[in-house]
Amino acid sequence: MRTIKAEEVTEALAKVAINANYDIGPEMLRAFEEALAAEKSEAGREVIRQIQENARIARQECVPYCQDTGFAVVFAEVGQEVHVEGNLTDAINAGIRKAYSEGYLRKSILSDPIQRKNTGDNTPAVIHYDIVPGDKIRLTFGAKGGGSENMSKQAMLKPADGLEGVKKFILETVSAGGANACPPLVIGVGLGGTFEKSCILSKKAAMRSPFHRNPDPFYAALEDELKERLNKLGIGPAGLGGTVTVLGVNIETYPCHLVALPVAVNINCHADRHGEVEL
Amino acid sequence: MAEHKLKTPLSDADVQKLRIGDTVRLSGTIYTARDAAHKRMIEGLDKGQPLPFDIKGSLIYYVGPSPTKPGAVIGSAGPTTAYRMDPYAPRLMEIGMKGMIAKGKRSEAVKEAMQKHKVVYLGATGGAAALIAKCIKKCDIIAYEDLGPEAVRRLEVEEMPLIVVGDAYGGDLYIEGRKQYEVR
Repeated sequence: MRTIKAEEVTEALAKVAINANYDIGPEMLRAFEEALAAEKSEAGREVIRQIQENARIARQECVPYCQDTGFAVVFAEVGQEVHVEGNLTDAINAGIRKAYSEGYLRKSILSDPIQRKNTGDNTPAVIHYDIVPGDKIRLTFGAKGGGSENMSKQAMLKPADGLEGVKKFILETVSAGGANACPPLVIGVGLGGTFEKSCILSKKAAMRSPFHRNPDPFYAALEDELKERLNKLGIGPAGLGGTVTVLGVNIETYPCHLVALPVAVNINCHADRHGEVEL
Repeated sequence: MAEHKLKTPLSDADVQKLRIGDTVRLSGTIYTARDAAHKRMIEGLDKGQPLPFDIKGSLIYYVGPSPTKPGAVIGSAGPTTAYRMDPYAPRLMEIGMKGMIAKGKRSEAVKEAMQKHKVVYLGATGGAAALIAKCIKKCDIIAYEDLGPEAVRRLEVEEMPLIVVGDAYGGDLYIEGRKQYEVR
């Protein structure tokens, strides 16, 4: 049994969270380059150039890429041979508290959805735990902006709706909400499982690099097809009209019930901020 | 698509020159307000209380900046999505607001009120928050400090890069721009 101190988790996560908010990372920068080359609208190209310049300023001056530094979402894969000395959930929240205070990140979390009082430190995080083999802890952090989250949707389709129904739902969701979600977007799709499983999968997918395809060739091809079709919607960068609405479509799947076809679409903005650390 | 350099406050004539797709470089004084501040301003008006700033000819920027680092004017300060302010905006247009700076689609009621009261909706690039902060030269909290990032701020801006996304003639770039590139 390997022992990891709770404080190590806190320190490592705080670093990842600050860095993700300042530095959008090489993969998104590559996606912006490709978007600039592909975009046909002059206004759209101007928006992409602003986004690139914004990324440069944020990284160089160590300031947040976007003022909405998001809900802290953490996928924690905990090896079953790890013993955490202390409280792991508290340690994760302490890491978020430290990052959002020391990194001058915005605190956007309210303690209650109706009474709406700010918690003051951007905690609690939304934490998804997974127990996995091994003696390590892997934390994947995402800073999920509220504007794009608000445009996300889930549907319990009928099995008869099939693949065409799934495509239609994804196209309709992006068509209706894409302009408000700070395009160019990364689209996370969760397909299968139960109601809540599809949503968690869609979040996982939205936090994946737009260059990593689903390992199943069928879904990899579907990701490519959906990207092409979504870019024909005409929404364009910042929603001002154009040929680049999405940078990528990522699909994650899970087995599902014989009467069900759950599909969730989690929309991520161009401020697709995420990072990982393994302890 | 014309390019305009505008200075605040805005007159009806300033607004009537603008058409969707035009670019604007805005300089002068603007005010920030978003969800909670709008709610409070409207509740105040209902009780006969004055607004925390002179609304005549003013522009409101829908933004909740990130905290200011030591030595900086303001934190990152990109626009928030506008539709959440739709229930409040027409009321402010009635009493003299001339422009809104934000991102995203507006309701029909807002677009009608913009035509009636000659108001422009200027789009800032969502997420370009570090870039936009560079145009902000001064920032003072003038009301509702308890709201934190949602407090009302008076900003001095220089050459803020904006695009006309809604004009006083009913034009909506989110609809018209998309039409040009949508492949059915």
